[in-house]
Amino acid sequence: MTATATRAKRPAASPGTPARVRSNIARTPRTFYWMVVPAVVIFFGLHTIPVLSGMFFSLTNYAGYGTWDLVGFSNYINLFQDDRVLNSYGFTFGFAIVSTVLVNVIALAIALGLNSKIKFQAAFRGVFFIPYVLAILIIGYVFNYLFANSFPAIFTALGLPGLSGNLLASPDFAWIGIVITTVWQAAAFNVILYLAGLQTISADLYEAAAIDGASGWRRFRSITFPLIGAYFTINMVLSFKSFLQVFDQIVALTAGGPGTSTESIALVIFRGGFQGGEYGYQMANAVVYLFVIIIVSFLQLRILQRREATFS
Amino acid sequence: MTDTLTSTTAPLPETPDAPPRAPRTRRRLDGGNGGTNWWLTALIAVCSLTVLIPLYFTVVTALKTPDQLGGTGFELPTSIRWENFADAYQLTNFPRALLNTALITVGAVFLTLLTNSLVAYAIARNMHKKFFKGLYFYFLAAIFVPFPIIMLPVVKETALLGLDTPVGLILLYTVYGLSFNIFIFVAYINSIPVELEEAARLDGASTWGVFWKVIFPLLSPMNATVGILTCVWAWNDFLLPLVVLSDPSAQTLPLAQFIFQGQFNTNYPVAFASYLMALAPLLIVYVIAQKWVVSGVTRGSVK
Repeated sequence: MTATATRAKRPAASPGTPARVRSNIARTPRTFYWMVVPAVVIFFGLHTIPVLSGMFFSLTNYAGYGTWDLVGFSNYINLFQDDRVLNSYGFTFGFAIVSTVLVNVIALAIALGLNSKIKFQAAFRGVFFIPYVLAILIIGYVFNYLFANSFPAIFTALGLPGLSGNLLASPDFAWIGIVITTVWQAAAFNVILYLAGLQTISADLYEAAAIDGASGWRRFRSITFPLIGAYFTINMVLSFKSFLQVFDQIVALTAGGPGTSTESIALVIFRGGFQGGEYGYQMANAVVYLFVIIIVSFLQLRILQRREATFS
Repeated sequence: MTDTLTSTTAPLPETPDAPPRAPRTRRRLDGGNGGTNWWLTALIAVCSLTVLIPLYFTVVTALKTPDQLGGTGFELPTSIRWENFADAYQLTNFPRALLNTALITVGAVFLTLLTNSLVAYAIARNMHKKFFKGLYFYFLAAIFVPFPIIMLPVVKETALLGLDTPVGLILLYTVYGLSFNIFIFVAYINSIPVELEEAARLDGASTWGVFWKVIFPLLSPMNATVGILTCVWAWNDFLLPLVVLSDPSAQTLPLAQFIFQGQFNTNYPVAFASYLMALAPLLIVYVIAQKWVVSGVTRGSVK
């Protein structure tokens, strides 16, 4: 019975707490293995195997049915010459960047407002959080009608005939409608996260800053924003990643149209893979997409966390 | 949109009270005492209209007759047609879709809470072992794998295994939630002192006993957070049911809205009645348990 289990390399919760010495039995009770093994097996089966099999089939000409042959990297080469795929990457990235910036700016602004001295705070917080529990697909159908009928009627009544067309029917501007719908629904969740961050800031800091005569903007720049840096990072990374997977609201708003101007990567994979007999080809698309998302997420984390570090 | 909200205002300095108060470590959320910023209250009220107006619009449209639809659509209904709801109820087979969604959601939440916390506990308490540390990063890495990658293969696989059913969906939600939930649970379990478990062990509790009697009850706050996130995700999800479910009678609420798009034709009031009925259950739950939901999600993010 030698206590080998004392090498718990856990980051100390806070400076000053001594590293915990685990004095229980030396070997791991077998029960711990029983706790994780079934989950690992099922996770491997339903998550890792699909990823690996998808990678394999990206090297074939499999249509999704029938026989297939290995074709090497020709799917990957074709991807880069496929306008529809390239367009979907352009649209998805443009959409995700604009939506991420808007959602975070708006959510942070609302959270700041909700966190200051206003009346009916709890009620307003409740209202701003409503969209989080609504299905984005159905919200998409509601906004679809608004863009097609209500907004044109309102702009016509306001004497702005230039804006009286259906936003979603325009190949150049339909993406704006998708952004508006997405921001409306996604801001709610980010408001809550930012509010949580803001409530960790001590009021004394603001009082001290006020005594020093710091203006509102200065207080935001020098106290608030640095102190919620971690929340900003996690919100930016998670919202960007989820917007790169955009699917539901596009189905409800434009179905990828007009033409293919608002087809997202997920929609192209879905259509080509399930309806277009391009299983192998779309798997190649999906593999490229996986690497793109991983690279982008890590770049984001590195850049944003470095920014955090310079503040603290 | 609310882009106009660029002038972020920091809270006003407090008006000093006569008796010195103990220094507060947290700003209160009840508006404090005096010094209410009415200008900001008005601004927030205007912004909250951007949330409320589309909801109001959905409700009034669902109550109209088709001939009242002209104009901007924001006008109040002149005569209310309750049959819209009855039509939508029959057309989308609402009770069946509601039951399917409820079963899948309850099953997913139940199984997730039961299993994910258990896996997280085993990992958190054995992080010093290569095997468990490796597992931790293996699960975490999956956070960066977007669903469209596994969409095509997983549909083939679920069809093969006979998991193209609500039961299969419950399993998929439980498995795909694992990465993120383990991340949350492990961080939380690390903050629970090991001494509690050791005391229980000395009293003769097994590892299982320690988990169910000591740890699981202590996880209640995180269970609430994970439960809410899983519930909202499973209830509103569209893509996974769309590709996995093979039996039309297993439709979920969002799926039913998608499938009946063509059948609403241009009868928008019936369509909107259907949307409203699909949105209502979670909305009602949210209104009743609003405080609890908001604090649950907040707790999960304060790390």
